[in-house]
Amino acid sequence: MLIVKNLHTKINSTEILRGINLEIKAGEIHAIMGPNGSGKSTLAKTIMGHHNFKVTKGNIFLNKKSILNDKVCERAGKGIFLAFQHPREISGIKFSTFLRTAQKAKSDKTSSVIDFNKEVKDKMKDLHLSPEFTDRAVNTGFSGGEKKKGEILQMQILEPKLVILDEIDSGLDIDALKQVAKAIKEYHNENTAILIITHYQRILEYLHPDYVHVMTNGKIIKSGNKDFAKELEKNGYANYVAPTSYKLPATS
Amino acid sequence: MQTFADLNREIFNQSNRSDYLKKYKKGLSEKLVIQISKSKNEPEWMLKHRLKSLEAFYEIKLPDWGPKIDLDFEEITYYANATDQKGKFDSWEDIPEDIKNTFEKLGIPAAEKKMLAGVGSQYESETVYHNLKKEWEELGVVFEDMDVALQKHEDLVKQYFMTCVPIRDHKLSALHGAVWSGGTFLYVPDNVSIKQPLQAYFRMNAPGLGQFEHTIIILEKNSHAHYIEGCSAPKYGKEALHAGCVEIFVEEDAHLRYSSVENWSKDTYNLNTKRALVGKNATMEWVGGNMGSGVTMLYPCSILKDEGARCDHLGIAFANAGQVQDTGAKVIHTAPHTSSKIITKNLSKDGGKSIYRGLVHVLPQAHDCTSNINCDALILDPDSTSDTFPDIKCENTTSEITHEATVGKVNEENIFYLMSRGIEEEEAKSMIINGFIEPIIKALPLEYAIEMNRLIELEMENSIG
Repeated sequence: MLIVKNLHTKINSTEILRGINLEIKAGEIHAIMGPNGSGKSTLAKTIMGHHNFKVTKGNIFLNKKSILNDKVCERAGKGIFLAFQHPREISGIKFSTFLRTAQKAKSDKTSSVIDFNKEVKDKMKDLHLSPEFTDRAVNTGFSGGEKKKGEILQMQILEPKLVILDEIDSGLDIDALKQVAKAIKEYHNENTAILIITHYQRILEYLHPDYVHVMTNGKIIKSGNKDFAKELEKNGYANYVAPTSYKLPATS
Repeated sequence: MQTFADLNREIFNQSNRSDYLKKYKKGLSEKLVIQISKSKNEPEWMLKHRLKSLEAFYEIKLPDWGPKIDLDFEEITYYANATDQKGKFDSWEDIPEDIKNTFEKLGIPAAEKKMLAGVGSQYESETVYHNLKKEWEELGVVFEDMDVALQKHEDLVKQYFMTCVPIRDHKLSALHGAVWSGGTFLYVPDNVSIKQPLQAYFRMNAPGLGQFEHTIIILEKNSHAHYIEGCSAPKYGKEALHAGCVEIFVEEDAHLRYSSVENWSKDTYNLNTKRALVGKNATMEWVGGNMGSGVTMLYPCSILKDEGARCDHLGIAFANAGQVQDTGAKVIHTAPHTSSKIITKNLSKDGGKSIYRGLVHVLPQAHDCTSNINCDALILDPDSTSDTFPDIKCENTTSEITHEATVGKVNEENIFYLMSRGIEEEEAKSMIINGFIEPIIKALPLEYAIEMNRLIELEMENSIG
């Protein structure tokens, strides 16, 4: 489904991604782990098409076709979904209006308002969201947990093929984490692929990825299958990440 | 059936034939002022008032602040009557065809069908269509064209006319006093509540024609009303002037909401004066949208004259290419325990310039007042600008005034977020803008809210490369 080939990106003149290779097939769950600043979020945003990250080398293929020239909304139309680490607050726009607009923009099938509302209400219940949730302005004044659940709700309604979850687990308490993980598990099937980006093993205990990649300094330094994932669960990824080398500040 | 929402900008920009204008000369003179008054068969005091105003107009200078007013007062036609006959028409069928077409394009009959409480529309300087639902008339409500009200309710008009906005307020109010024509007169007696909005639709038509409608609204004790007006003027080559005047009197415990959507064509000067006197425990709400005009200077004013008076000023201004929207609010707290709230949302695009200019003045005797001012501006591209000139004068120590202002661009991360859900860039921007103005829009009745959103969408079209 997704092939990332020798991907290099720059923000302004700083190189962030320095040759990423990644292949994700339909039905698979992948996880990328790594410390802050390793380029995990940059990879997610670059796949989605954020204008700040210029691809200087390499390519991204979705179903064998390059998507580098596609606009952000076109990539979404082709089935890519990014759950944001920090979902944006859009004041004055109701969550339900936003969701309905997005659904209309993305697919030809236009479900009736009644069906749409019912579907949304059902999913909200499963996620333990209050019924007023969708009457509030998008992410405005939401708690950390509500924001993350809101991202999952969007995923469920928009039905993407490739789901990228950028630190979906941060800011969630244990109950919310379980609810979110359950929703992701239920959504996942042989036609969808999931890429989880995280610092922590915790969420992986619920989602059991097929592959785990360790990323540092803009590169994937180690990848492995389920066994590797288990080993990481036990020992953490710190062993694979080279300690950051830095110069001592010069003293006068 | 055409509704406001289906309108496109072209409709506002079409001009009907204006042969009738040939009868009226351009420019200002004592002779013209006398002619206006005589043709309307006005009482002597009104003619005197007009002549006194004309004198003041010649004496007073244009304001030395604000946007540049590049206007030749001798090039303006001050009075024209679009129909050969005088007075109003009682039913829709009696209205001449081309005037009817204009109204139909503007959606007036549709609005009428929606059972709005009354429709008074001004075409050129005479009102040609005025309708008021019977039940209100029986309650003693007067909703009339201003010229007709002067004939039918002379004493009432005389009691209030230009007492809230005096002739010598500024040059344009003096000009208005001399050449005013048409407008709305609304009187609501004690304890009467009008549930449905009362609306009037103003429109200028002929090139170089100024419009000087005068509106008086009186709400007696414990009465409630919502008055709405929308304005559009067709596009034409000459600089036209609009200098209307609105005087509002809200008595004890009464509640008025005054909403206006002003969409004059982009070559007009909109130099309007609107002011309300607010009585004990009464509430005055201003809701305004300014989309049109080349230059707008408009600062609705509330004078909170008795204890417990309240006012809300909600405003949107959209400055597009070549436009200056110099708008804001003015609140004078002259009594204790009075409160005011000002919320403005300014947008500027394609080199447009939007300015918030406001004054909140709390006098020494007005103890324990509160005022909250909140002005936000959104600048849609690097060519456009926005300014804020808040003037706050508080002359006692027990009053509390807060002021918040933000100026920003449309946040690119927010656009990215919306686009990542499959929404096109243009629609994403529109959504963010609609969200930005939402606090104002939600105060408007549904048809007007839709019209405002639609007008903003029209302004946004072709704007994103």
